[in-house]
Amino acid sequence: MPANSSLLVGRELRLAARRPMDALSGLVFFVLVGSLFPLAVGPDAPLLVAIGPGVVWVAALLAVAISLHRLFEPDLDDGVLEQWLLSPHSLTGLVALRIAAHWLVCGLPLVAVGPVLALQYGLSPPAVAVLLAALLLGTPTLSLLGALGAALTLGLRGHVLVALIVLPLCVPVLVFGSSAVSAGQQGLPVGPQLSLLGACLSLAAFLCPWATGAALRLAVE
Amino acid sequence: MVFAALSFAARPGDAVQVRGSNGSGKSSLLRLLCGLLEPARGEVRWRRRAVSARDAGFAGEVAYLGHACGMTGELTVLENLRFALHLTGRACTEAACREALGQLGLAGRENEHVRRLSQGQRRRLALARVLLSGRPLWLLDEPCDALDDGATRAFEARLAAHAADGGVAVVTTHRDIAGQGREPRRIDMDALDDAGELQPARRA
Repeated sequence: MPANSSLLVGRELRLAARRPMDALSGLVFFVLVGSLFPLAVGPDAPLLVAIGPGVVWVAALLAVAISLHRLFEPDLDDGVLEQWLLSPHSLTGLVALRIAAHWLVCGLPLVAVGPVLALQYGLSPPAVAVLLAALLLGTPTLSLLGALGAALTLGLRGHVLVALIVLPLCVPVLVFGSSAVSAGQQGLPVGPQLSLLGACLSLAAFLCPWATGAALRLAVE
Repeated sequence: MVFAALSFAARPGDAVQVRGSNGSGKSSLLRLLCGLLEPARGEVRWRRRAVSARDAGFAGEVAYLGHACGMTGELTVLENLRFALHLTGRACTEAACREALGQLGLAGRENEHVRRLSQGQRRRLALARVLLSGRPLWLLDEPCDALDDGATRAFEARLAAHAADGGVAVVTTHRDIAGQGREPRRIDMDALDDAGELQPARRA
């Protein structure tokens, strides 16, 4: 039975508006970390251009990671998760919508702010465009992998544990994402990296909602 | 092992009350019945099929109320109820939701955040979900917890009406459910160990 997606996503967006810190903390973290590096490194233009893509991607990855522990925990405490599991709707579908809402709230703002951060590193306009495309393809994968990690560690109360599980899984996204931007900066073709990011997204979108649902069943049991 | 040697069957129209001291396995029994837990040994059947929360057909027939009310503090009463009903796959108009809330003494609080409600009012809201779900099988864990006397009596009347309509209810509670018409069956979790089987039968 298909779930009414607008109602489910609407609930998450409404919740995000009423618990603004959950969504904003990741964005503020992203902006702060991205801005601290140029201050610490100093006005060394070639160095900033060289480290820019990597720093922006690491900051985005950590920003997603710090938002993860709130993904399912409130619903577990309130007993909403039990109702999810007992719903005649497909759990995989419900989880997929929950992850989509998480990306809208936590991932999309990073995509929007990323190019602004890139300007601090003096990246060229084509490289900024590549960064935008790479973030658009890569951050949904981070949300998908992050949801899996959050579900696996649900109920353990160890917020660091989520990061320890998720960050290694995100290494391919990190590598392809930052190398795409570096290639864009040097005027090299970026098609292969973006294609690989798209492949990562497809694979994660296919496997993660299902695996996350299975992990949630274990967490509630 | 929380408990063993328990066997009972419920037919349409049965209200089963589960009693027992704290930690005797009342809640675990209910979670087994709704498929959230799997039994280490033995089986649970509903309409001759083994029970599982993964089975959409079974999930479409059970309304479960656990310790937690299943309501989110930051959403309003009406938003919570409509979302919870949507999860059960039952489209419910706003008017029907308001009417059910009114019957449970929550009229005028539809737009209040659940965080601001008292424990008893949250329980009433959770019961509104069960009442509106239209499911034939109710599994309720301490439904009258924090409810006042008036609300408890109103709930008992709804429970009796549910049984009279051919529904099945399994309810854990400390105080006895007042039987209206047919006397509710009672299972005492503390009396399981020595007696062995309570009533040899299967769940209908």
